[in-house]
Amino acid sequence: MIALGPGPDNRAAPTGNTGNANMAQAEGVQGEVTAEKLVTADGIPLKRSMQRAERRRKLMAFLLVAPLLAFLFVSFIFPIAQMMWRSVENPEVVNALPRTLEALEGWDGEDLPDEEVYAALYQDMVADQELPRQEQRTGPLAVRLNYELSAARSAIARTAFRLDRLEPPYKEAFLDAHRLWGNPELWRIIQREGDPFTASYYIAALDMTYSDEGEVVMRDEDRRLYVPLFGRTFMLSAVILGLTFILGFPISYFMSILPMRKANLLMIFVLLPFWTSLLVRTTAWIVLLQEQGVINSSLVGLGLLDAENRLQMIYNMTGTIVAMTHILLPFMVLPLYSVMRTIPPSYMRAAKSLGAKPWTAFRRVYFPQTLPGIGAGGVLVFIISIGYYITPALVGGQDGRMISNEIARHMQQSLNWGLAAALGTMLLVSVLILYWAYNKLVGADNLKLG
Amino acid sequence: MVAEGHSDAFVAFERVQKSYDGETLVVKDLNLQIGKGEFLTMLGPSGSGKTTCLMMLAGFETATFGDILLGGKPINHIPPHKRGIGMVFQNYALFPHMTVGENLSFPLEVRSMGKSEREDKIRRALDMVQMGDFAGRRPAQLSGGQMQRIALARALVFEPELVLMDEPLGALDKNLRERMQFEIKHIHENLGVTVVYVTHDQTEALTMSDRIAVFDDGRIQQLATPDDLYERPENAFVAAFIGENNTLKGKVEKIEGDTCHVALDDGSRVKALRVFVEGEGARTTLSLRPERVRVDVKEGAADTVLEGTVKERIYLGDHIRVRMDVAGNDEFVVKVPNTSGERHFKLGEKVAVGWAKEDCRALDPS
Ligand SMILES: Nc1ncnc2c1ncn2[C@@H]1O[C@H](COP(=O)(O)OP(=O)(O)OP(=O)(O)O)[C@@H](O)[C@H]1O
Ligand SMILES: [Mg+2]
Repeated sequence: MIALGPGPDNRAAPTGNTGNANMAQAEGVQGEVTAEKLVTADGIPLKRSMQRAERRRKLMAFLLVAPLLAFLFVSFIFPIAQMMWRSVENPEVVNALPRTLEALEGWDGEDLPDEEVYAALYQDMVADQELPRQEQRTGPLAVRLNYELSAARSAIARTAFRLDRLEPPYKEAFLDAHRLWGNPELWRIIQREGDPFTASYYIAALDMTYSDEGEVVMRDEDRRLYVPLFGRTFMLSAVILGLTFILGFPISYFMSILPMRKANLLMIFVLLPFWTSLLVRTTAWIVLLQEQGVINSSLVGLGLLDAENRLQMIYNMTGTIVAMTHILLPFMVLPLYSVMRTIPPSYMRAAKSLGAKPWTAFRRVYFPQTLPGIGAGGVLVFIISIGYYITPALVGGQDGRMISNEIARHMQQSLNWGLAAALGTMLLVSVLILYWAYNKLVGADNLKLG
Repeated sequence: MVAEGHSDAFVAFERVQKSYDGETLVVKDLNLQIGKGEFLTMLGPSGSGKTTCLMMLAGFETATFGDILLGGKPINHIPPHKRGIGMVFQNYALFPHMTVGENLSFPLEVRSMGKSEREDKIRRALDMVQMGDFAGRRPAQLSGGQMQRIALARALVFEPELVLMDEPLGALDKNLRERMQFEIKHIHENLGVTVVYVTHDQTEALTMSDRIAVFDDGRIQQLATPDDLYERPENAFVAAFIGENNTLKGKVEKIEGDTCHVALDDGSRVKALRVFVEGEGARTTLSLRPERVRVDVKEGAADTVLEGTVKERIYLGDHIRVRMDVAGNDEFVVKVPNTSGERHFKLGEKVAVGWAKEDCRALDPS
């Protein structure tokens, strides 16, 4: 179909200036054919007709992936985007107190606001009470302000309850209804959060707070919660990563040198955690590890342990580490094994025949070739464990908890979704940063998954 | 060049046996002496135990029985990395995570050689295989022939006295193969290293080797120089395995000195050279090279004259290959040189074929 344009013989002669010209020729390397002069038989430039063919192919490919794409969008991208939105969204104060915010504009933030502001607050609250129940905005406002100042909810609730009995001058009336209205702190918060967007969830998630001067400062050492928890999550993940590597590397190597049939049998044992229900597994861990459990009883029975000094191996960090290492081991073994299987034994032999001691041969020839597998397994294990939730919740106790458990608590119990979203976004970003760093260091194309 | 006896042999296999599974012997009673500087090829069909022998010599397999000596000393208990034997693997085994230069540097580094000395040797080794400009490339960026050269350079860079090559040209196309054969031979002659070479390509073996050990079924069937092997095969396997070969089967009727009178299965009488027959009355296989058969021979002008029927004719330029039915064997091939008075063979034509007694070797019946 493809005909050469003018000058049929525009093939470049094989370049003859290197010492390997002969060889290049022998191996069939030929000069390039200049592309511009090419047209197809019907006279359309080759490039354009190729693009047309490409476009059809791309469209086909797109149609093939479209259902998955739609599914991913609905179930993954959209929720994540919404989570990120929630972590900065801040409508409560703006919606509930428009007049108050307007009146507060000129306030210096030092002394209590003037009567005028209290009057605006009164109007806002009255206006809200006239709305149908579902649309009332004082409730969310109370919850929102309570995140920032713990007595705010009861202040608003009590004031709202007594609203019809309030009479001017409103400043005194409000102060009378609840003493918190006399606290400039509350007013500063209302003023600060009177914006449709806020950074306060992130500030809280980073264990920071606003000082009296309105500056962002770290919380007191003993009141920090999330940063140490992030630290512990990373630390635990690193420990689990290390353990899965130490346990997984030898077994992967062993499987890679076994005949296929035996290797598959061993693989079943490695994959067993995938196939058993999480609850069954967790129960098994509890049976094994608890204070009256199998391991402790055996140790006591053997006289290796005093009955009073039974080891605490579950409902603490040890429990989380043990159980998660077990669960995540396959994620390390599978990529490692699949990489090791492809390394022919002749490399090690070659290294030895070149004079390397077995250890040197392993370190300098075998090990570097397993790096893509180690990288893939490491990234998988680390990323999965950073976000792991269920196992720490079941066997982690207090000090085996991870950041996901805190996120879950805010979503299910304290119902502070903004904070949960901020924490979740931070988790997501740290995973992305990790992946980016990995990509810089190793290159994602080197990732060998299964 | 050819070492006799073990006293001065550089490499010696003494009654070596090898079994992988404890049931079958893959190598059966191998005795082989290799002289210093010799180019010895192990040639044989697939599964005949060539690689196994090489691996035992390199130290990656242990002999089940017998001794392997290197420079007169048994090496059975010396680990591979202390044997100082260079090796070229069939798949080259170039380390993919290292550049060409680092690959070559590796054997020198593990010998704690200084940097300048290393660079010097690497450059010389690369120049030797005409790959001087490729030190910075990764193996994945090389063609098959280039990888082959680098593998060769790497096996030689630390100046071993013995180099083993296991089908090093197996993955290359024919042209490149021939060029590499020539180059390997050239390097061998220049460096004077001892080479043990494994192949199952007989042309390769014939063109490169000082001596060839033909393997079959775990045994050396014949150990000889290439011309001896071709001209004077000692048994039917070697005759059939090396080069093209016509076989005629029959029974020995009479033996006179080194002449056998053989009655072929269709009744015709043939004179043959006695090589490997048990005695009068035994069955035998006669082996005859196609180019030693003459056509249109007059009765009495050759030791043996038989009549053949032309079955097929292939024009090959420098010669014409004629397949005939001779004495019941319809795979009988004759190569007729394409001289000026070209002879036309018609299918079904009767042709008188003849040969000298010395060219027709009476071997074991197999
Ligand atoms: N590691 C092993 N375990 C068991 N049997 C083996 C092993 N390696 C080789 N064998 C068997 O030993 C015999 C000889 O094998 P070897 O590799 O030496 O043959 P080869 O002559 O090199 O053949 P090829 O030309 O195909 O490479 C074969 O039957 C093979 O199946
Ligand atoms: Mg082999």
